[in-house]
Amino acid sequence: MIAPLSETSGEHLLRELAPQVLGAVVRRYGDFAAAEDAVQEALLVAATKWPEEGVPDNPRAWLIQVAARRMSDHLRAELARRRRETVVVTHALADEQVAPAPDSGPEPEQDDTLVLLFMCCHPALTRPSAIALTLRAVGGLTTAEIAHAFLVPEATMAQRISRAKQLVKKSGVRFHMPADSERAERLGAVLHVLYLIFNEGYASSGGSSLQRLALSSEAIRLSRAVHHLLPDDGEVAGLLALMLLTDARRAARTGPEGELIPLDEQDRTLWDRAAIAEGVALISETLSRGSIGAYQLQAAIAAVHDEAPGAEDTDWPQIFALYGLLKRMTDNPMVTLNHAIAAAMVHGPRAGLELLQPLDTDPRLANHHRLAAVRGHLYEKAGDHEAAMAHYQAAAMRTSSLPERNYLMMKAARLRQS
Amino acid sequence: MKFMLMMNAPRGTGDWGVVNWAPEDLKAHIGFMKRFGKELGAEGTLVATEGLAPPGQARIVRAGKAGAPEVTDGPFAEAKEFLAGYWIVDVETAEQAYAIAARASVAPGPGGKPLNIPIEVREVMSGPPVEP
Repeated sequence: MIAPLSETSGEHLLRELAPQVLGAVVRRYGDFAAAEDAVQEALLVAATKWPEEGVPDNPRAWLIQVAARRMSDHLRAELARRRRETVVVTHALADEQVAPAPDSGPEPEQDDTLVLLFMCCHPALTRPSAIALTLRAVGGLTTAEIAHAFLVPEATMAQRISRAKQLVKKSGVRFHMPADSERAERLGAVLHVLYLIFNEGYASSGGSSLQRLALSSEAIRLSRAVHHLLPDDGEVAGLLALMLLTDARRAARTGPEGELIPLDEQDRTLWDRAAIAEGVALISETLSRGSIGAYQLQAAIAAVHDEAPGAEDTDWPQIFALYGLLKRMTDNPMVTLNHAIAAAMVHGPRAGLELLQPLDTDPRLANHHRLAAVRGHLYEKAGDHEAAMAHYQAAAMRTSSLPERNYLMMKAARLRQS
Repeated sequence: MKFMLMMNAPRGTGDWGVVNWAPEDLKAHIGFMKRFGKELGAEGTLVATEGLAPPGQARIVRAGKAGAPEVTDGPFAEAKEFLAGYWIVDVETAEQAYAIAARASVAPGPGGKPLNIPIEVREVMSGPPVEP
């Protein structure tokens, strides 16, 4: 009966069970906002009790029971309040008396994770709300942990989550699978939120790397869960592969002082070979089925980079072709930017600079530091140091990432000296 | 008690002056700022520190008609100096905050010479007093 509960494995178990427990409680009581609070409380109780008393035989049922008890308390209080306000009470408690125990009967426990994701990533929510809600309701993270990862005060994050829940309530989003007709679009929203969580953890400059790492690993864990549930969806597999192949380079991506190290200067022995192998296998299998999509193409590009033993071995013609395909699928100016970089690697810096031209009239990127940084890089390669310096400096002044600013200023300073 | 230590730098034409420094000076300056932040953290006095984007990225916003934002681009002629970054430290006395400010002021500039940047020290107001 008593299984030892180490800090990490216990936490892992709780986080795994969180969406399943929440799914069962929401299905039973309906009120998502209150159910979510009840499940968080149950998780907290478990986190303090289990290490001392051991993990119960059926941890999932245990958690559902504790959460259901909280829900009953909540409904009773709610009922009393409404009685005081002389509002006619319809069903809540009566229903509670006769309904079966929440953990009885067959439970589609695996699907709950997916249904919850669809709910938390509903298009009616703003992206920051969807991200916060997903991490809490599906990821099982506490408000404090999420606040910590996003470097905002806990009260701010609590407010953001509570407003997101109100919005779920108001918009009438129900706890069920979206209809087939809207499923692809809704899945797209889910994948985008997971992608944003990953990027927040991977690309952001603020905070200690450890806090950030947690966000990337969480995004990978959730994507893995979605892939497990929808193994035949090419874009889900593509997103998971993209995350694995990108995250594999994490250790080589920054120097000891937190400074950025570009891909071609990274120490490739620091790359995570296991993650690369998993990502490559995943994307190869998906592409071999003839499936294609934006995440899959990005994963394929990441795989080409990761498989090159050295920067000079990179198969740039293939990357150039893949970005060409991607450019036709999306209207993302960043893709055009990367297409230009690949063009420069294949046909020389002038070819790259030419492809950058249309971006000057794209309001999304015209004043973006990345455009200036890439121009600086290509002008440097073309031997035009004056222009390179000006673009590096412009980029340095526009980026909001401190390590990146330092890196770009150093590039400009070196050119000035030479 | 908490103090905000504000480092001001010349407004220039919108860029920070450091963009024109030699690489080794830039490196020394960045290294100093990183070490300084780490030291304050290790001493247990650091509450928060941030560096800010340059004056060219600054905007001044006023409420216009019907509360809609009216945005003015920086750099602003009326300001000679611009807030470049800040530290918030938690210390026992104002003197300790001044001592920390003096350490920040000697950040190295061109040729490794101390910049002696002016650091504005302001006490941060606290919440309501605790009832006895």
